[in-house]
Amino acid sequence: MAVKVIIPTPLRAYAGKQESVEVQATTVAEALSAVTTKFSELKKHLFAEDGRLRSFVNVYVNDEDIRYLEKGQTSVKAGDTISIVPSIAGGARGPAF
Amino acid sequence: MATKIQAPRGPADDSSGLSLSKEEILRYSRHLIMPEVGMEGQLKLKQARVLLIGTGGLGAPLGLYLAAAGVGQIGLVDFDVVDFTNLQRQVLFGTSDVGRPKITAAADRLRNLNPAIRIDAIETRLSSENALELFRDYDIIVDGTDNFPTRYLVNDACILLSKPNVYGSIFRFEGQITVFGYPDGPCYRCLYPEPPPPGLVPSCAEGGVLGVLPGIVGTIQAAETLKLIIGKGQPLIGRLLLFDALGMKFRELKLRKNPDCPVCGTHPSVTKLIDYAEFCGIRGEEAPSTVTNIPEITPTELKSRLDHGDDLYILDVREPHEYQICNLHGHLIPLGELPRRVHELDSSREIVAHCRSGKRSAEAVQFLQKAGFRKIWNLKGGILAWSDEVDPTVPKY
Repeated sequence: MAVKVIIPTPLRAYAGKQESVEVQATTVAEALSAVTTKFSELKKHLFAEDGRLRSFVNVYVNDEDIRYLEKGQTSVKAGDTISIVPSIAGGARGPAF
Repeated sequence: MATKIQAPRGPADDSSGLSLSKEEILRYSRHLIMPEVGMEGQLKLKQARVLLIGTGGLGAPLGLYLAAAGVGQIGLVDFDVVDFTNLQRQVLFGTSDVGRPKITAAADRLRNLNPAIRIDAIETRLSSENALELFRDYDIIVDGTDNFPTRYLVNDACILLSKPNVYGSIFRFEGQITVFGYPDGPCYRCLYPEPPPPGLVPSCAEGGVLGVLPGIVGTIQAAETLKLIIGKGQPLIGRLLLFDALGMKFRELKLRKNPDCPVCGTHPSVTKLIDYAEFCGIRGEEAPSTVTNIPEITPTELKSRLDHGDDLYILDVREPHEYQICNLHGHLIPLGELPRRVHELDSSREIVAHCRSGKRSAEAVQFLQKAGFRKIWNLKGGILAWSDEVDPTVPKY
């Protein structure tokens, strides 16, 4: 199944500067695995060392949070959109260092 | 309690002799002739007390529109001073305000905009010690801060006091907006239980913000605040609005209250405010450098060696768009490209690496040391220090 994975601005630097990536997958875990295989640098930003999704990164299938579906095992079908939504804190400040 | 929006104060207050003056009726006439606001809504606005945390990019449109709309009492919390880099987006301030405390400049501007309302200028850094006391006097808290510790602090204080928290945050050209703190709705910790560790926060190479973005996001926060006060429309409770200014797209995601949330869940473990710098893994405002024991050279030393005719190779590890702002005629290899472009460097030569402030170049030096480079130094303080110590014609950014 071809699904679209939307890459958020803060992570685009680790995903070839692309806004979205299309991958073949039947579950969210497969889709994220396909994306991180393609862009290996993205992996440490999405997953902790124990392989779990980081707690400041949420993943949605269409508009539903996978934490309230079946997490990584949530199934996806052709045409679904997976959004990676990390926490951002900015309000105003320019470069911090 | 129901999730439907409730005005911070009930209509009962409207009968307490409160009314609008002739001048106020004229000023707010475009609200009054609209049934969704009308006299009832305008009186609710007049009675409302809203606290804005931060008077930066988000606080600017928030303050302007809430004051213009006739919100009766607006508190402003900030401790910063206006500088030139603020003016690109913080439209509350003018060039003549540079150097003034933001609170003073903002209060002057808002009092000029609407002398009929009360502005509380609170010049302080929000902390676990003062947050509850400050929040208590207001009906709605609006989060326009720029860092994770303050965002978790604002969230927790709002939950402890059962106050709505109108949330907005921005990054480059993307924004997130929602309303936290309603009894059946989620809180910030339901959305993100923990902040990113400092090492994974985007670096300055990826920082920056499109000037108009906080204008758009702050204005949406202002709209949500006004809706909550007048009790009309569908608020962003349980809905996360994502805005992408480049694609010019809005998307909406569902937010759910987490029953296991440590602050607003059924069995909360956080029942008082904590040390938020520690919670976010940082001390003070800036993330500590993860790189230590790096050989350094000061700008003055570098200048004197270059003047002496020493053969030093300058390596600039910033991004190409930064090189265009100013440079030391160094060889440009952005930090992220260094691993695959390391062959461009000659390890037999003495190399001085630099970036804007010295942090990225410290990482570059560490990387190159591991790759076998021995004659390599980090320019202490980066191009900023070079501008201070050696050549003030080099612009700072």
